[in-house]
Amino acid sequence: MTNVLAVDDSASMRQMVSETLKHAGYGVIEARDGCDALNVARSQRVSLVLTDVNMPNMDGITLVRELRALPDYRFTPILVLTTESGAEKKQQGKAAGATGWLVKPFNPDTLLATIRRVIG
Amino acid sequence: MSLDLSQFHQVFFEECAEALDGMEQALLGLDLSGENTEAINTIFRGAHSIKGGSATFAFSDVAGFTHVMETLLDKVRGGKKRMTKPDVDLLLVSVDCLRGMLAAHRDGGSADAARAADLQRQLTDALNETAPTPVAAPAPATSPASGDQITEAEFDNLLDQLHGKTGAPGVKSAAPAPTPAAGEEITEAEFEALLDQLHGKGTAPAGAGNNAKPQCRDALSAMPRDAKPDWRIRFKPHPKMMQSGNDPVRIFRELAALGSLHVTADLAGLPMLPDMHPEESYLGWTLELISQANEAEIREIFAWVEDEADLVIESLRAGSTRPAPAAAPDAAPAAKPTTTAIAAAKPAASPVPAATAPKPAATGETASIRVGIDKIDALINMVGELVITQSMLNQLSANFDMHRLPKLLEGLAQLDRNTRELQESVMRIRMLPVSFAFSRLPRLVHDLSAKLDKKVELTMFGEQTEMDKTVMEKLGDPLVHLVRNSLDHGIEAPAARKAAGKPEVGSLTLNAYHKGGNVVIEISDDGAGLNKDKILKKARERALVGPDEQLPDDKVYDLICMPGFSTADQVSDVSGRGVGMDVVKRNIKSLGGMLEIESQAGSGTTMRIRLPLTLAILDGQIVRVGQEIYIIPLVSIVETIQIGENQVNEMVGKAEVFRLRDAYLPIIRLYEVFSLIPRTTKLSEGLLVVVEGDGQRIGLFVDELLGQQQVVIKSLEANFRRVEAISGATILGDGTVALILDIPGLVKLRDAFIKDVSPQAVPLEEVKAA
Repeated sequence: MTNVLAVDDSASMRQMVSETLKHAGYGVIEARDGCDALNVARSQRVSLVLTDVNMPNMDGITLVRELRALPDYRFTPILVLTTESGAEKKQQGKAAGATGWLVKPFNPDTLLATIRRVIG
Repeated sequence: MSLDLSQFHQVFFEECAEALDGMEQALLGLDLSGENTEAINTIFRGAHSIKGGSATFAFSDVAGFTHVMETLLDKVRGGKKRMTKPDVDLLLVSVDCLRGMLAAHRDGGSADAARAADLQRQLTDALNETAPTPVAAPAPATSPASGDQITEAEFDNLLDQLHGKTGAPGVKSAAPAPTPAAGEEITEAEFEALLDQLHGKGTAPAGAGNNAKPQCRDALSAMPRDAKPDWRIRFKPHPKMMQSGNDPVRIFRELAALGSLHVTADLAGLPMLPDMHPEESYLGWTLELISQANEAEIREIFAWVEDEADLVIESLRAGSTRPAPAAAPDAAPAAKPTTTAIAAAKPAASPVPAATAPKPAATGETASIRVGIDKIDALINMVGELVITQSMLNQLSANFDMHRLPKLLEGLAQLDRNTRELQESVMRIRMLPVSFAFSRLPRLVHDLSAKLDKKVELTMFGEQTEMDKTVMEKLGDPLVHLVRNSLDHGIEAPAARKAAGKPEVGSLTLNAYHKGGNVVIEISDDGAGLNKDKILKKARERALVGPDEQLPDDKVYDLICMPGFSTADQVSDVSGRGVGMDVVKRNIKSLGGMLEIESQAGSGTTMRIRLPLTLAILDGQIVRVGQEIYIIPLVSIVETIQIGENQVNEMVGKAEVFRLRDAYLPIIRLYEVFSLIPRTTKLSEGLLVVVEGDGQRIGLFVDELLGQQQVVIKSLEANFRRVEAISGATILGDGTVALILDIPGLVKLRDAFIKDVSPQAVPLEEVKAA
């Protein structure tokens, strides 16, 4: 099964993403913040990382940078979820090595469409 | 396949409540003269995540409101604005307003839209104040790419689009196109360059004139050989593009979904094998697309790799020289999966008119509780042990003979221990740190002290002390009331404090701790203290106390808990109407707790609330009266004695009293109260359980004591009806039902029984005189 790591400090967003993906047949691992996610990523391989940007402990941008530094995650698709529709966060995410972004608010359909852009 | 988003609402509301509490706390803790990076971040993050969630779950009013807050906070965060006192107050009120809006969504009520609109305007004003003199005209044409600067209208529009509220499906370009793609308008210079290229002037960028280079055709091409493409796209990834997880093939696939695509690879950049780095990309492509799609849609597909590739998109459509974004409302988006994050939201089958407020179905609200993992783990451990004990007992019983009796007893003792621990673990799940009840107080103190023109510093201790969730919930109001009292009546105005030689800033201390089986919460202030004389005077005026009657301090203080009692000279809108303390006391009592008041004129007052740890379990003394078994709450038992007939005095009205040290206590014969046939009516043959309830001591006459045990309280009211002097029932080990005595209720019952005798423990002298 294709495993997706969903990182968000908001439980409702995490649940929404997680349920949507499970519903579509993906496996989902949830993480509450960057640190949490990094620990998951170190212990198992995932096919895609979806991360919020603004989180306590470790933000999404830092997470992307840290993940890219792991040998196993050099080419793994990483999407940052951002409410900021502006260029700033996207660029920061990209500069850190993210594959792309998804602008919040999004609905389940958008989420899946975007995910299908990076994994089959 | 669409998922029902309402299933996440409950979690969302809980999380919002948490975020709002966090914001409020951070706001109250702001030091306006110093750096507050962490606090500002917390506040920002709160607004930010509420905005994100509410937008996702279609609470557009909340999303719009938080958007303005967030923008303001972002300015502060970015150092573009200093937070001022009015800002803090405005944000605090906004937090309240948000609570109201969210509650309205949760409960299906309606929020105060006017208030929200007004606050939103004030927030916008606060935002604009900060604008460092707008450069010339803040032309609406400024590119929306500057992210957070989208206007409210745009934001609302986005929301509507997302939730499928656009008037007609398909006219998505009618919106002022704040789609992310619009941010990527090409610059004048680029545009000129494109024009030049089209007209064959100037040098074409890389990729043009590659006819001589080796080419290869891709399988994706589905374009008829001589069809005329609408678009030509030259795409040359930078060597590192793959390392961001982007894959050109996926991009092509998406393009192909827009129409028919013809791909030609440009192998010019391909090095010799020994020089090739496996992780880098060397190829370039020329893509020809037949599609009704506009440039924005095509660019959107490349949006993620824009900075990691050379990209030239040229329109080959006759007459269409302008790669105008959003210029093709006719683009019949029928079958194509648009990938623009926003536009992809499928318009609802029947668009809801924007005018009708989205009325959320009153979701069956399930109260939930957050439990720490450690508690769950402890519980699982306990269960594990219980299982072990059980299997051990099973084994024992399989081939039991008498010489294994000690083993059996040991096993039973272990079972007993396991059960008790399990019970404690389960009870702990319902326990929450008292900080939940304390958390709303800093705000209260902040608001009230401003209103009353007093300076107060609030200190809280023992916030981690745990207590039962139900108790905690019911404790909120009394706590607020007591704090309010302390601020209004206790702590003096700064001038008065100075005159009394105290520091101008009054101190209010909240302290919570465990003591015995109770949780104690103290609210102390260093204010003026209770004025005993004034209270007594008022009480005499109202004939609550006889003209010459002297009362001990605690009884005097208890007077303030009488209904309608107030010593305030003026009724303020904060307190002083005389309703309150009696309610506070009643509430605390209904929780099985007590309120104690201590006060020192001139130096302050301490209100002490004592509450049972839990409402569900009680340590009980089992007693027998005739054939019946009753439970007396252990906390109310002072001692148990056996007395001789000669120690009893009969008073007027057939009340019996007996002498216990320096006081005479009334006797209640339980068999009389409950109309039972006792084993004995002789006091010397039974036992007197001395109990205290409602500040009075009485002796309960019972046949015998049976043992002590923790009992689970079952409500009699819920299962049968209210019964005077009984607080509940429980099921004993042998399956019989036993009633739990309500001691204060018994005292009251006795008072009604014998009206003409003072229910008080009668001082010795009076009895002697009688």
